Amino acid sequence: MTAELIHRLHFAFTITFHYLFPQLTMGLALLIVVLKSVALKTGSEDWDRAARFWGRIFAINFVFGVVTGIPMEFEFGTNWARFSRLSGGVIGQPLAMEGVFSFFLESAFLGLFLYGEKRISKLMHWFSAVMVFLGSWISGFFIIVTDAWMQHPVAYDRLPNGQFEVLSFWQLLLNPWGLLQYAHNMTGAVITGSFVMAAVGAFYLLEGRLQHYGRIFLKVGVIAGVISSILIIFPTGDLHGKYVARNQPAAIAGMEGLFHSEAGAGLVLIGQPNEATGQIDNPIVVNDALSFLIYGTTKAEVKGLDQIPQDQWPTALPLLFYAYHIMAGLGTWFALIMLVAAFLLWRGRLYSARWALWALLLSFPLPYIANTAGWMTAELGRQPWLIYGLMRTSEGYSNTVSASNGLFTLLGFMGLYLLLGLLFTVLIYREISNGPELKAIAVEAAHAD
Amino acid sequence: MMGFIWFWLVAVMIVGYVVLDGFDLGVGVLHLFLVRTESERRATLASIGPVWDGNEVWLLAGGGTLYFAFPLLYASAFSGFYLPLMIVLWLLILRGVSLELRNHIDVGVWRALLDGLFGLASALLTIFFGAALANVLRGVPLQADGYFFLPLWTNWQPGPQPGILDWYTVIGGVLALVALTLHGALWLTIKTSGELAARARHIVNPLCLQLATLTVISLGATIFVREDSLDNYFNYPVTFIVPVGVAASLVGIWLFNRKAQPVKAFLSSCLYLFFMLAGACWSLYPTLLPSTTGAERDITLSRAISGPHTLAVGLVWWSFGMALAICYIVFVYSRFRGKVDLGVSGH
Repeated sequence: MTAELIHRLHFAFTITFHYLFPQLTMGLALLIVVLKSVALKTGSEDWDRAARFWGRIFAINFVFGVVTGIPMEFEFGTNWARFSRLSGGVIGQPLAMEGVFSFFLESAFLGLFLYGEKRISKLMHWFSAVMVFLGSWISGFFIIVTDAWMQHPVAYDRLPNGQFEVLSFWQLLLNPWGLLQYAHNMTGAVITGSFVMAAVGAFYLLEGRLQHYGRIFLKVGVIAGVISSILIIFPTGDLHGKYVARNQPAAIAGMEGLFHSEAGAGLVLIGQPNEATGQIDNPIVVNDALSFLIYGTTKAEVKGLDQIPQDQWPTALPLLFYAYHIMAGLGTWFALIMLVAAFLLWRGRLYSARWALWALLLSFPLPYIANTAGWMTAELGRQPWLIYGLMRTSEGYSNTVSASNGLFTLLGFMGLYLLLGLLFTVLIYREISNGPELKAIAVEAAHAD
Repeated sequence: MMGFIWFWLVAVMIVGYVVLDGFDLGVGVLHLFLVRTESERRATLASIGPVWDGNEVWLLAGGGTLYFAFPLLYASAFSGFYLPLMIVLWLLILRGVSLELRNHIDVGVWRALLDGLFGLASALLTIFFGAALANVLRGVPLQADGYFFLPLWTNWQPGPQPGILDWYTVIGGVLALVALTLHGALWLTIKTSGELAARARHIVNPLCLQLATLTVISLGATIFVREDSLDNYFNYPVTFIVPVGVAASLVGIWLFNRKAQPVKAFLSSCLYLFFMLAGACWSLYPTLLPSTTGAERDITLSRAISGPHTLAVGLVWWSFGMALAICYIVFVYSRFRGKVDLGVSGH
């Protein structure tokens, strides 16, 4: 095994595990603001209890997100030293801004939100929820800006010593790639939050207990779910896809499995890319659809891999193809099930439609898979580049850290994260079994003192 | 000029981290042996519950600042200290998770396990951080390309090919352990009451004495390991105010604790940490990471600094962002001021 592969796996594994937590906290942060707003407006104690319950789920996820997030910043230096040395002046900037602008905000107000409810007014407590939301979404923004610069470098110059230097701060932050990716990604986080909330609601209704809260969770989850599931496809997914097609033709060709350039290219729904023969095995194709999706006309030519030098092809073609297709397929399922659920909710039949509740309950892991697959699509599509068109991945890893040192710590992380995953499951299971009422009563009793 | 400014801004972030996360690490150490009953444990943890992860943000924000202001230093030091940094990450993970888990688990044996884990991870982290700083002061075997890779230990001598741990860096680790335990004890005297606060106040004296001794030893050892450590001080004699400040703040800790003025004693401890770290940075300036294999390989300020535009832009948003951050931090600490209230702890 080469050191390059180990360092790639090291980063990929730790960031994939890490992102299981922030995608929920970013989505939930928005939904908690919704719960708190309704509670504030109506004075309803139930909605306040619901907000507190999700605040506890949020807190567990937040801590797991923090402790698995710290390694990410370190790994730029530990595992990707040659990359960091040259790019620090550019991407070190948004990474530092994340700490300065977002983490201080988020951690300060989360402390207040979780521990300070009886020390502050109701309005102030609502305000802390809004600040936590703002903090977590700002944090997402800076990370996307960082990634967007690697995907689509803008506003840079090279110093005589080879280092990259920012030319325009605003162009770096307003990188069009980043804005599109941000919209798409945050919508994805809201999908995770909505599905999880709806699934817990469905669980309570199917169980026949805590039904009152189950209905609140379902209502909020399904409404947010249907909005975000539509937005993820159109406009965010659509626009982002078109932008990728224009700026990273190799990535799109790999995602779609388009080996040969075609006018009126078809969209492969299912199939297996065969690298040896340069075609898709057993495909199901919608004719002309790909040309239409990218260029708005069925006749347009889409660049295939044959027009791209082979040393610039994405390095893991089938994986890229599968990741992208899994994301897109699940995205379709999200829109479908949420539309049905929203229709039932509107007709007042959702709470008693057990088949729909089961479908919602069983769907909760899928957004995690889709978000992960989406990120794999973005990052595998960028290969073989670390900074698109400027620096290859093979030029960026720490060559003073040998493959087996890297493997040692990778295995260490795998073991530790297995343990974390088990603990996390136990904790969340307990919170959901306890439900919104158990601790709420203790808090309210303390309030009355 | 930019180099000078950013050198000290990074130093400020390090001081901020050590002063703030320092007390919750110290509280973690004390959690191992000072705290006895369950209600004391809850009070201890509640005293850091709302703030510990905010304190840890200083590490991240500091790391990020270092990354964009001095990319060469970041790349070289992080890859060179690969193994100890990974251990630090694992300890940070175990510590954060055991603290959070404790809020949710009410089975005695599990709680005891988590308490032990939390305390042990805290203690090891203080030792690692102290040793890390000592590694930077001692220097590392930099290669011509600016990189290095250090084993955990070699022959325990700070020679040209040292390990992460040698007798000098071990002194640094022990110094940090004692200093932060003391810092944590002073925090507990502010935040808790009853027997626990009395016990915390009682151990301040012996810790203070140990710390004074270790401070003198580490100063001597530093001069022994790097003869030029005092050059900056002799060139600018006014900076001898720093060691005077160290001594004065040690006296302050002892005196204010005796007079039962816990807040002033805690602030003296903050000053002690500030003077110690500022003093260490000043003894290095303008070197960032000295080389044990010849001064021409030192990573210096001018070699590691980012491009001028990056730094100019950075200065604008950094000042603005940190000013904002300090507002939130002051706000949160003021909301949670006073003794811990066990009515509602945890969440």
